[in-house]
Amino acid sequence: MTYDERLQNVSVLGAAGKMGSGILLLTAVEMADRSLLPENKGKTFVLNAIDVSDEGLAGLMNYLRVQVRKIAEKKTVWLRKMYADREDLIENFDIIDEYIFDVMNIVRPTTAMGAAHGSTLVFEAVNENRALKVKLFTQIKQNNNKDVWFFTNTSSVPIHLIDEEAGLDGKVIGFHFYNPPAVQRLVELIRTVNTKDEVVEFAYSYAKNLRKIVVPSNDFAGFIGNGQFMRDGLYGIGEAQRLSKEKKMPLYKTIYMINKITQEYLIRPMGIFQLMDYVGIDVMQFILNVMNPFVKDEDLQNDLLDKMMEQGVKGGQYSSGAQKDGFLKYEKGKPVAVWDVEKQQYAAIDSFKAECDALLGNLPDSAVAWKSTLRMKNKEEVFTHFFDDLKAMSTMGSQIAINYGKRSKAIGEKLVSDNVANNVDDVNTVMLTGFFHAFGPINNYFD
Amino acid sequence: MKKLRRKVYMTAGYNTISLGTGRKEFNPKKPRPGIEHYIKEAGQGVLKQIGGAKNVDESVIGNFMAGRFNKQGHVDGFIPMIDKGLSMKPAVRVEGACASGGLSLVTGIRNILAETSEVVLSLGFEVQNTVKAIYGADILALAGWFQKRKKGHAYFFPGQFSDRAGAYYEKYGYERTRKGMARWYANAIENARLDPTAQEYHNPSPDPYSTALKMKPNGKAFVDHLTVLDCSKVSDAASGITICSEEGLKRIGVDKKDAVEVVGFGHAVRDITSDPTDLTELETIKFAANQALKNAGITIDQVGTVETHDCFSIAGILAVEALGLAAKGEGADYVAEGKTGRNGELPFNTTGGLIGWGHPTGGTGVHQAVTIWQQLTGKAGDAQSEISSDRPYGLTINMGGDDVTVTSIVFKRGK
Repeated sequence: MTYDERLQNVSVLGAAGKMGSGILLLTAVEMADRSLLPENKGKTFVLNAIDVSDEGLAGLMNYLRVQVRKIAEKKTVWLRKMYADREDLIENFDIIDEYIFDVMNIVRPTTAMGAAHGSTLVFEAVNENRALKVKLFTQIKQNNNKDVWFFTNTSSVPIHLIDEEAGLDGKVIGFHFYNPPAVQRLVELIRTVNTKDEVVEFAYSYAKNLRKIVVPSNDFAGFIGNGQFMRDGLYGIGEAQRLSKEKKMPLYKTIYMINKITQEYLIRPMGIFQLMDYVGIDVMQFILNVMNPFVKDEDLQNDLLDKMMEQGVKGGQYSSGAQKDGFLKYEKGKPVAVWDVEKQQYAAIDSFKAECDALLGNLPDSAVAWKSTLRMKNKEEVFTHFFDDLKAMSTMGSQIAINYGKRSKAIGEKLVSDNVANNVDDVNTVMLTGFFHAFGPINNYFD
Repeated sequence: MKKLRRKVYMTAGYNTISLGTGRKEFNPKKPRPGIEHYIKEAGQGVLKQIGGAKNVDESVIGNFMAGRFNKQGHVDGFIPMIDKGLSMKPAVRVEGACASGGLSLVTGIRNILAETSEVVLSLGFEVQNTVKAIYGADILALAGWFQKRKKGHAYFFPGQFSDRAGAYYEKYGYERTRKGMARWYANAIENARLDPTAQEYHNPSPDPYSTALKMKPNGKAFVDHLTVLDCSKVSDAASGITICSEEGLKRIGVDKKDAVEVVGFGHAVRDITSDPTDLTELETIKFAANQALKNAGITIDQVGTVETHDCFSIAGILAVEALGLAAKGEGADYVAEGKTGRNGELPFNTTGGLIGWGHPTGGTGVHQAVTIWQQLTGKAGDAQSEISSDRPYGLTINMGGDDVTVTSIVFKRGK
């Protein structure tokens, strides 16, 4: 079966979800683009958008229409060539509208799982629940008489377990997009010892056509991205708890401080608590629960996360993409308050910011904002200068930051020594492209 | 063309800001003023300087594509909205693609010459940021022959002038041409930074010449032979000016010294369904500008400042050649040597031209006349050039489509 033949009938499970909708969009566009090629004229391409929620599917179609227009507007030069033989399509307006129709015309929204029984490729983006994933794949495998391949977007469940439990015979691969899939360029690709070479080959072609950066990860729970991030997050929580105890300060103040240090001192796009909110405290719990049984020398959990869940403060995002409140409360996307687990209410940052900032001390003059580093050409030189200055200081902020940098490095190195990642570059690439860090965790800045 | 049978003046010019990318106040996500705002501001800006609407006999408004950019036809109906005093008076809308503003001027001139009016309010406008550039390209493509649209580039007009630039590179050399085009861009930015209404007024680039020279055309992202810096921008703006006779000047109470006299003009149209004879020549510009100079009884070496239609930098270079300032193939060098700069031999586009000030398509022709009026009467503020007594004339060239409709006017200060 050729690449195009494999793509002629595809199903996405959980298509209306946060990840599923992005995967559906990218796949629909890729399929439509293939269908426009001269050699594929007249062939039918079908993409089943399967989800349990009718409401979600209706929203998905609206999302698709808006997003496909944006995509079409960016490649009109190419589209004009593809529709050169259509005399009725003259203006860019006409061509873009036709393309939107052609993409939408491939997509079949449905709540019926049976639609996947005729597919040659099934993409799974349902909840991070191993039993559910296995159940769905098993069901499809049993009812599908095609040579069907399975792609799972899991960010933590070992792929070989899904393979074995669903009886997929190596025709499965982990294809882990980052959120949001339509924007984020990173994909973690996880094959098992059993995964067929042709599945891997196809996955690479597909990723390349989607213009994704592929980082192969070995099949350990959490893979590289969550392997690094979960531990980094737990360390951040631990630091806030330690500081709270040592300084006899309420936890919400030290959460603010650690969040500030991880953002401003470590030159990250957001602080660690904001990132945990972005991912969702519930999702983080889910992933930790999946990972924990597989790690022997660590206990990946924290009582603060349990407490937050009990109190119903979970972060995550609204379907509009707006940030829900979690550790932090947001106004227009910016943190304005911190959750006080004792009083179960938010404490306004303005009311304690000055006190905490004074404790942390000033940043050196060589400090740079994350945003300013985006197009910086001499990053290494600038970072070395800044971190050297930081190391020479004895403020509380600088000490915590240096230790944080060291810890991040140790986490990254352990991913390599544990054979989760094949090498240092892969760990750094994941954090640079998937988490938009300004520098990889494995570096010499903090030594 | 016969000598003008009576004296025609222009005065009391007004420009709104040219709004679009580059201006600090421009935010594509926020609502912006519509055509009503621009027409009103430019119209009232002129009326205030001439004693009000009661002094106006008739109005002409140039506009290219409000029908699609703003879904609004019947544009002359907006004239009485400017001021009740314009109600129940003649008004006409003229269209000749990007030369619509120039048509507004020559229509006004003809009305003065015909003695049907003594004072004409001439306006031009376009509000184009209502659609994204990819759709704006469709709308602007209507300045070409629609039967050629299908085979044209997604960005149709950049595609047309990219072909001209490509032909020029091939004939006369890529590097030297790019140097000329980069200098054209740098002049545009440097001049625009001197005019608070210009779209590039806020441009902070420390070295626009190097920026333009470094940027290479990339056909995959845009067109084969031009970069975005070679192109004029998408603009919302309006301009207005008064066209009047000697009697009209008296009526509005403006001294001749504060007006410019129209000493000659040219106006020519090429068949839109035919291709240019030579891609490296703007034949209609050459014809109309020379017609204007001849009509004025002067030669180009008596001209002290030029406003030419640089919708693309290559069009600026080709205009230099069309005016005979440089031989064919040497226009790029002429520009590269700084001769069209504000301190050069013959300053061009002293408030930035279409690339620097902005290109509200239907308004550009009128904006050019306003700039010349400002320069020749010493009202150009920071953008003021020195106009020497041996070169007292100003010249405008306004082009519609790919060298299809051209108006050109020669001015000198009234006395």
